[in-house]
Amino acid sequence: MTTTAPAGTSGTDVRLTGISKTYGSFTAVHPLDLTVPAGSFFALLGASGCGKTTTLRMIAGLEEPSTGTVELAGRNVTGLPAYKRPVNTVFQSYALFPHLDIYENVAFGLRRRGIKSVKKQVDEMLELVQLGDLARRRPQQLSGGQQQRVAVARALINHPQVLLLDEPLGALDLKLRRQMQLELKRIQHEVGITFIHVTHDQEEAMTMADTVAVMNAGRIEQLGAPADLYETPRTTFVANFLGTSNLITADVLDTSGDDILLRASHTKLALPATRCTASARTGEKLLVGIRPEKITLTHADDAGSVPDGRNRITGRITESSFTGVSTQYLVDSPAASGLSVYEQNIERDSRLVPGAEVVLHWNPGHSFGLDAAQNIEAGTDVEAEGAG
Amino acid sequence: MTLTTTTGEPAVSDGATARRKKLVPYWLLIPGILWLLVFFAAPLVYQASTSLQTGSLEEGFKLTWHFGTYADALGEYYPQFLRSIGYATAATVLCLLLGYPLAYLIAFRAGRWRNLLMVLVIAPFFTSFLIRTLAWKTILSDGGIVVSTLGSLHVLGLTDALGLTEGHRVLATPLAVVCGLTYNFLPFMILPLYSSLERIDSRLHEAAGDLYARPLTTFRKVTFPLSMPGVVAGTLLTFIPAAGDYINAELLGSTDQKMIGNVIQSQFLRVLDYPTAAALSFILMAAILALVTLYIRKSGTEELV
Amino acid sequence: MAPLATPARWLRRHLVVIAGLGTLGYLLLPNVVVTVFSFNKPNGRFNYQWQHFSTDAWTHPCGVADLCGSLSLSLRIAVWATLGATALGTAIAFALARHRFRARSSVSTLIFLPMAMPEVVMAASLATLFLNMGISFGFWTILIAHITFCLSFVVTAVKARVMSMDPRLEQAAQDLYASPLQTFLRVTLPIAAPGIAAGALLSFALSFDDFIITNFNAGSSVTFPMYVWGAAQRGTPVQINVIGTAMFATAVLCVLAGQLVGRRRKRS
Repeated sequence: MTTTAPAGTSGTDVRLTGISKTYGSFTAVHPLDLTVPAGSFFALLGASGCGKTTTLRMIAGLEEPSTGTVELAGRNVTGLPAYKRPVNTVFQSYALFPHLDIYENVAFGLRRRGIKSVKKQVDEMLELVQLGDLARRRPQQLSGGQQQRVAVARALINHPQVLLLDEPLGALDLKLRRQMQLELKRIQHEVGITFIHVTHDQEEAMTMADTVAVMNAGRIEQLGAPADLYETPRTTFVANFLGTSNLITADVLDTSGDDILLRASHTKLALPATRCTASARTGEKLLVGIRPEKITLTHADDAGSVPDGRNRITGRITESSFTGVSTQYLVDSPAASGLSVYEQNIERDSRLVPGAEVVLHWNPGHSFGLDAAQNIEAGTDVEAEGAG
Repeated sequence: MTLTTTTGEPAVSDGATARRKKLVPYWLLIPGILWLLVFFAAPLVYQASTSLQTGSLEEGFKLTWHFGTYADALGEYYPQFLRSIGYATAATVLCLLLGYPLAYLIAFRAGRWRNLLMVLVIAPFFTSFLIRTLAWKTILSDGGIVVSTLGSLHVLGLTDALGLTEGHRVLATPLAVVCGLTYNFLPFMILPLYSSLERIDSRLHEAAGDLYARPLTTFRKVTFPLSMPGVVAGTLLTFIPAAGDYINAELLGSTDQKMIGNVIQSQFLRVLDYPTAAALSFILMAAILALVTLYIRKSGTEELV
Repeated sequence: MAPLATPARWLRRHLVVIAGLGTLGYLLLPNVVVTVFSFNKPNGRFNYQWQHFSTDAWTHPCGVADLCGSLSLSLRIAVWATLGATALGTAIAFALARHRFRARSSVSTLIFLPMAMPEVVMAASLATLFLNMGISFGFWTILIAHITFCLSFVVTAVKARVMSMDPRLEQAAQDLYASPLQTFLRVTLPIAAPGIAAGALLSFALSFDDFIITNFNAGSSVTFPMYVWGAAQRGTPVQINVIGTAMFATAVLCVLAGQLVGRRRKRS
């Protein structure tokens, strides 16, 4: 499988070729090829145990690949130990040296490379992460957010060709995490270094990265810009892991036109052929996917007001929950059960309560088609805690 | 900010490095393990062979596979063996009973006094324990406060009747020896107890109280089970040295309180009957290893090292 | 706060405190006696009965033949035994805590056994070895014996510390251009230092205070505990109590000073 991130192609990029990692009979990472262009903010996204951290550690030199090569700026570094690679890591839970103060933590890399006068650089770096006045504190005297910034400073001061971030925000609370997401984005913009970020948080990956690679069971499922991944997932795993998707199994009736025509139960659906990544053959099955917020809900009494040309499914509301910005409904229909619908709270229809008969309708151009041979549940219930 | 480009050496095959890395633990182990093999394991083998030798000091000893030494030693010195096990058991139980409240106090109730109390538990270590054991001679002396108090409370009459003391005196009786053993090994009980109690989240006590457990039930069902690793470690650290000790029996007891350690010591250093001393050592070692293994199995704690 | 209704209830609430302090008293009583009797002027050779107050022994701590010689021998042996056992034990602890290798469990057993064996067994077997090899007893045999029994305690103390250390710290050091040797010197060793110090301190205390193993392997050399042992038979000079009291006081002062320094460092 070859996956290449789009975007710039200047010389200093990260190129993984056929890289894999096996522990005994367990394969943590299947052979994969991956090119991360210079200067990009790249995210490896996946649930715990998917191989994303192992991939990162192979780039850092902390893990030896079973096969394949790692190239930095066109130079093969596969055999180089970690301390000889021009790459630095922000570790999960930071790994700040408890016996050294903040200043010495940040100066550590410079000193190991035999640089004598480090003061100016360290001061500048502490300014960049706004920790100038805490230089003589010990790591354990700092808050989580401050420790996180020290970890970033300690890595960045070495001007690495690539900065690797292993779940850097996992230990922070929600509010601080949001703040640090923007802060990291700012720093990356300022220093222009390639960032490779490992996370299990899909929102974090989409907010921060220009390119996201979704990993599952040691393989990259799909790679692309966050919006592309969200709007056009190519596998059920990506469709379910990134946000929520309604996946409806349908029979293919006709593939001759611009739209593929399908039938689910007694309902006819249309899907633009360009939005179907699987091969559609008449008489076979296909999965039609639609995001909950793209569906409009209309009470059955008003079914006549639904415009022509939209996909429509009838059903009955089984649950509704009010979340503030929107109301989330679960709808059972003969075509599929447990369909999820998010309606914005603009004009609420008081008839839309559990038990009500409704029509669900959406623009066919918003749906996507997937190969029906996959597990329809993949990626729905993955545990998102801890490291990968 | 600028990027530094390529630094360091070109990539090399790291097969050699990996092989060297695999050898690191062996280099670290060799000196210490060799030391233990030569000065701990080999002596045990020598001793095993000595225990099967016959002869005399003048003519020299020869390996004759004479297993009779074991039977003779056991036949002659079984009272001292039983006494050692008995005294050590009594001292261990007393250490647990005395040590638990103090460990509990330091772990949960001491507040800002915690460090001071810890210092006071450890500090006696720094006065040679022989000096401290001799101090018990003063404390328990015939005219002393302890003996006269116990006498006037008629406690000594009771202990005399039980055979723990004799003739209204404490020195040179089983009570004095057990008291000395208990005293000597008490810190070895308190420290592991404290370290396992200290790890218990005090919110567990609140949770137990919240779930209708009275304080005593909380202790029985929550605190004590969680402190089991400390109890096991503490009892072993107390029982093993107490069973082999001969100092307390020598300084605080009389000839009627001699333990197996005293016998081994005098056979080895005074009588110079090396085969008997070696056989006795082996019996003691085997008995203790058997008891300890049984105990660890029963208490279900494997990780001790 | 609940009102303390009755003495019985007060007693029940504070039973643990009372029992705990009782035990502490039991632990400290001999030290009190040792201290008090260091000011005694006994009639005759044994210092077991209180006679008169005197500071003679404090002004002449070396006033008894061989006492200070035995003290100096004990100190020399304790220092060398500590160095030896700490060096050997730390290496083993690192191997056990940081590396996977074959024979791991046999090594663990070999470390555990010396601690699970009564001292008298180890003492007699080591003396048997020396006798059989025709090695003459003295300083070196005592030192070898002490290193042997201190070794396991050092391994246990250091291993616990190294095991609790986050392996990511060493990886972070490598990531920041520290070679394996630099990683060890700059990160691993400083972080393991408290464990090594604890092991060394324990070795020193065990070695300095050891009697049983020394008794079997000393020949005609006399360490301080052996001197006290002999004195218990021949007559106990007051100077023994002086030295015991001085050691106790020094230890308590060192610990308190250490605590003060630690507290000040925490504050700054």
